[in-house]
Amino acid sequence: MRPCGTYDESYAEDMAIVRTRLQWIILVVGLVLLFSLPLFVGGRWLNLLNLIGISLIAVHGLNILTGYCGQMSLGQAAFMAVGAYTSGLLTAKLGFSFWAALPCAALSAGIVGLIFGLPSLRVKGFYLAMATLAAQFIIPSLISNPLEGITGGIHSLIVPAPRVGDIACKSAQSMFYIVIPMAVLMTFFAKNLVRTGVGRAFIAIRDNDLAAEVQGVNVFRYKLLAFFICSVYAGVAGCLWAHWMRAINPSHFTLMDSIWYAGMMIVGGMGSTAGAVFGVAFLRILDESTKVFVMWLTAIFPVWGSFLQAALGPIVYGLVIILFIVLEPRGLAHRWEMFKASYRLRPFAY
Amino acid sequence: MEEVLQYIVNGLLIGGVYALIALGIVLVYKSTSVFNFAIGQMMMFGAFFLWMCVERFGLPIWAGILLALIGTLIVGLLMERFALRPLIGQPLLSAVLVTLALVYFLNGVAMGIWGAYPQALPEFLPGAPVSVGGVVFAHDLLWSFFLAMTVFVLLLLFYQRTRVGLAMRATAESHDVAQARGINVRTIFSVSWALCGLIAAVGGMLLAYRLGVSQFLSLVGLKAFPVVLLGGLDSVAGALVGGLIVGLVENLAGGLIAPWMMEITPYIILLLVLVFRPEGLFGLKRIERI
Repeated sequence: MRPCGTYDESYAEDMAIVRTRLQWIILVVGLVLLFSLPLFVGGRWLNLLNLIGISLIAVHGLNILTGYCGQMSLGQAAFMAVGAYTSGLLTAKLGFSFWAALPCAALSAGIVGLIFGLPSLRVKGFYLAMATLAAQFIIPSLISNPLEGITGGIHSLIVPAPRVGDIACKSAQSMFYIVIPMAVLMTFFAKNLVRTGVGRAFIAIRDNDLAAEVQGVNVFRYKLLAFFICSVYAGVAGCLWAHWMRAINPSHFTLMDSIWYAGMMIVGGMGSTAGAVFGVAFLRILDESTKVFVMWLTAIFPVWGSFLQAALGPIVYGLVIILFIVLEPRGLAHRWEMFKASYRLRPFAY
Repeated sequence: MEEVLQYIVNGLLIGGVYALIALGIVLVYKSTSVFNFAIGQMMMFGAFFLWMCVERFGLPIWAGILLALIGTLIVGLLMERFALRPLIGQPLLSAVLVTLALVYFLNGVAMGIWGAYPQALPEFLPGAPVSVGGVVFAHDLLWSFFLAMTVFVLLLLFYQRTRVGLAMRATAESHDVAQARGINVRTIFSVSWALCGLIAAVGGMLLAYRLGVSQFLSLVGLKAFPVVLLGGLDSVAGALVGGLIVGLVENLAGGLIAPWMMEITPYIILLLVLVFRPEGLFGLKRIERI
């Protein structure tokens, strides 16, 4: 719904995402504030923001595949692993720079994603989710066993810090200035991709694949393209993860992590770019506050310490996702839209 | 040669357990069209209930088994009532993600109640390993195989001979039609989840006898997913045959090629099935018409 008093006079105005002067001001001020954050907050917060940024990229990819194209994936973490290990090996063993390794990581993850998307020729829905589930088991197992010689297997692979000119970006601040612009850029791409013809084809496939095919959408090609884009996003996220953690291990990319990303998408609201941002921020902050809460509890009741630490996180997380699916399947994005609508219509009900 | 025979025997016997777990998944899928990803966690609960009754409360083993069966049955009922029932009529993805979220939730609960350390069960299965011509038949695997077959036969009889079984088959065919014919679909859903809990508890206790009671048990449940897809999502016989095939192939691959092949062979089978025969060996082929 439009802000009141907005009259579009050209097609470009009609299509614009940022419509009013106030929105422009909010956007610019918001971005400036975001990028000046390292001046005000400490390393712990910056690391949380880095984590949010990296997860956001992964969830955007998943959202394009699942939320817009309607193909379920339970293997996002595995595709991240491909990206992480590609860039990790390229920089650590072959001496590539971070900036050269990033596109390679994206591409390699994309190609692996294409391979596991191939079953979409014959199957869809739940069956396709199982194909990506297979990826989730096969890829980490390949990394930790037959490729152990080069990847280090369950012993971590040490990845050098990215370099900008002569400076090695080792601190949380410097990684912040790599991760967050990347996340903003990828958000921009995700937002605009779904407004193009490709995005419309994705949505048509999601809503009814037979109808889409009858309308002339090459369903198989677009499904594969969605898989490719999704995995490219995962690859970029994995590459950033590798250079942020600077030591990667197959245990960073398990089925549980894939469920995390799917959960973030659900909580935020599928098929909404803003939803991905909401979902990632909400769950990551929830996770962090659970940790703080557990530490606080442990200080009071030391006897429970070991249980609480491991138990409370999964319980809270599982419960939040179940509650969201049952009570608000359209996620936080839908709530936000409703809030905006009621704000614009005030004092009328509709 | 003897070595290969041993792999084949082990594979077929462990395949019996996979088949049992797969039966639990198929049972729920047939009547509710929800794929129960959390079956590994239900198995874990069954095993932990048994351990708690026997080791902590000092109950005799038969009482422990009975209580574990009842406990897991209740867990299944609760899952259905609070997580799955509100989702009737919602898109498929919601149901899939809810069972995945249950995986997280149940893991956390188990961790909170029983802790993270592996525990051992007392030796409660009678008998000892049998050796035939150099090939060892582990007695716990024989028991699981035997029990899997028994459950399989009982389930077939249940489907064919009882009224509830008939109602479940009708529900599997179409929820709307079943409802129109006076079948209470909700009750059928509860019954399916309760039965799934029972089967998971049996599988969990048998596996725990071999592997010990720990969070690790739930990972074995993951092996049942390829089994179900290989056999066909809605085929009881498929679960049995699929279980045996997956157990056999994974043990042969693990023994003859490399140990790590054992972990991923089921999933390679899964991918091949999806590409070449998506409906599985015995599954119902769905034809879409415009």
